[in-house]
Amino acid sequence: MTLAIDVHGLNKSFGDKHVVNDVTIQVEEGRICGFLGPNGSGKTTTLRMLCGLLTPDSGSGQALGYDIIAEADEVKLRTGYMTQKFSLYEDLTIAENLAFTARVYGLDRRRERVDAALERLGLTSRRGQLAGTLSGGWKQRLALATATLHEPRLLLLDEPTAGVDPKARRTFWDEIHALAAEGLTVLVSTHYMDEAERCHEIAYISYGRLIARGTAEEVIAASGLITFHGEGPNADKLAHDLAGKPGVETAAAFGQAIHVSGTDRAALEAAIQPFRGQGYAWTEAHPTLEDVFIQLMDRSEDNVQ
Amino acid sequence: MTGLSWNRVLAVLIKEFKQLTRDRITYAMMLAIPVVQLTLFGYAINTEPRHLPTAVLMQEDSRYARSITAALKNSLYFDFVAQARSPAELDRLLRTGDAQFAVTIPGDFSRRVARGDKAQVLVEADATDPSATGGAVAALAALPDQALAHDLTGALAARGPAPAPFEVVVHRRYNPEAITAYNIVPGLLGIILSLTLVMMTALSVTRETERGTMETLLSTPLEPLEVMIGKLAPYVMVGLVQTAIILAMAAVLFHVPMGGGWIGLTLGVALFITGSLALGFLISTVARSQLQAMQMSFFYILPSILLSGFMFPFRGMPAWAQWIGEAIPVTHFLRVVRGSLLKSQALSDQWRELAALTAFVCVVTALAMARYRRTLD
Repeated sequence: MTLAIDVHGLNKSFGDKHVVNDVTIQVEEGRICGFLGPNGSGKTTTLRMLCGLLTPDSGSGQALGYDIIAEADEVKLRTGYMTQKFSLYEDLTIAENLAFTARVYGLDRRRERVDAALERLGLTSRRGQLAGTLSGGWKQRLALATATLHEPRLLLLDEPTAGVDPKARRTFWDEIHALAAEGLTVLVSTHYMDEAERCHEIAYISYGRLIARGTAEEVIAASGLITFHGEGPNADKLAHDLAGKPGVETAAAFGQAIHVSGTDRAALEAAIQPFRGQGYAWTEAHPTLEDVFIQLMDRSEDNVQ
Repeated sequence: MTGLSWNRVLAVLIKEFKQLTRDRITYAMMLAIPVVQLTLFGYAINTEPRHLPTAVLMQEDSRYARSITAALKNSLYFDFVAQARSPAELDRLLRTGDAQFAVTIPGDFSRRVARGDKAQVLVEADATDPSATGGAVAALAALPDQALAHDLTGALAARGPAPAPFEVVVHRRYNPEAITAYNIVPGLLGIILSLTLVMMTALSVTRETERGTMETLLSTPLEPLEVMIGKLAPYVMVGLVQTAIILAMAAVLFHVPMGGGWIGLTLGVALFITGSLALGFLISTVARSQLQAMQMSFFYILPSILLSGFMFPFRGMPAWAQWIGEAIPVTHFLRVVRGSLLKSQALSDQWRELAALTAFVCVVTALAMARYRRTLD
């Protein structure tokens, strides 16, 4: 087993804001690691430190066997990085964007590689179109093709599918899996639970701290969360009534149904007891990643305050 | 249509005002531009320069000759900065720009005054900028009647009010017909190059930052110098094309003399284009947005127009303003361009200006490289 990412105790502050706090991550080669956490939790900053865009205040580590600080140039050569915001040249065509990247990395067989990338994307017929005129989903696929043009061994993706429709997101993830199958290591930040579930493993970061790590199943099991699924009328009203009751850590309406979660089984059952029989059918459910993450978010907020 | 709602107008107005005050640099610029520029230019600009550097060639050392120079000095227009030993040296002083005026008092001056035989004083003016010499030349008209008033007492005074004891011959060198366009058109070369090149490059890096493409650029193996050279090279071409167009138009439409000094001119153009581009690049590493980059460029362009000697005579400015002017590359570039075209300066006449331009290029490039961030820290 080789580690593609192996960093310890990364810290980064901007002014008096401690954005990344002692983050330690290991990712095995060829794995897709989902990087989750609320907005402003330090995901982007961590990704930027890994690819040499930011220098950590303290901490150390390696990416692809190179020191992320001393050998940042080597890491850059072998890493593809896709920013959160579309950051290709909107006033260049699709083919021109790819050709630019090919030149910057000093790639051989430039035309061939650009043509191959266009072929893979299915954009050969639109190669002369300005990148700025592509739809959101296509933009992201083009950005991915650009970030992988130099055949990196590590791919860092920062919320690559934000604002992209489900079908385009699925295509995008199929491509990521295909790349991982070829041995590429992927660290991808996301807010989407279905995407988190498509990762081999998950790292959950909150307020700059890494607080959960493992496969989706492991993270759910480690949370010790118990969830009840209730069905009946006015689920939204019920969610409001249950929230804040002792034992109830999260309560959320899903259409005609409601999810109530907590770690204390007795307290949780006591909380839903008054609503049994009022037209509600309660069953114990398997907690979803979303339940776990909302609980993690609430907890880490408590820790900070 | 629901008509004009003052509440909605107010909503927009309040929003605009808040956004305006949030952009610190813009805010500072709005206050700094009137205050700084007004003080600067209000005190600096003087269209009637006095104390112009004057070289003198005394071919006789006589009482009369000394009276002439004293009278010139007393007019406040002429400051004697050099005493030439030969006509060639006098000519060189005028050509290099060390002197704005060259006064020659011929060897037979006293004799001719005494004899009443058409004594002459030759005053040569560097008229490349007609407005810089205008006042001084006008003041020369009074010289013959007054300069020797104290000397010609007694017997000679009897010759009294009649014709003046000598005449002043004025040669307007380099631009004898005092055509303003000869001065302005070559000057415009410097101004137009500054305007386009500084501004365009200032926007080039800020545009990347604003659009988010900078982050991608930084994540690639690109080195700062590679980015800088790659970004600036296209504008070098722009600058060269502009130079060619302006020079062609100057010759064809305005009949500006193309005196020569081509080596110096070529070097000057190359250095000036490089310097302007490097400055634009430096601005773009400081400015956070394209708007700020525009404002900073503007802040540089104004003194380039007003303190460089482009619009107003450089020597009309007080010393402190001349020091600021010396720090602006346009000032030196204008001297090279005007010197080459109008005065046919040789490279040896221009080395100081070219050295100043070289220094500017080096300093600004070094600063830009130091400012360019390889990371987002």
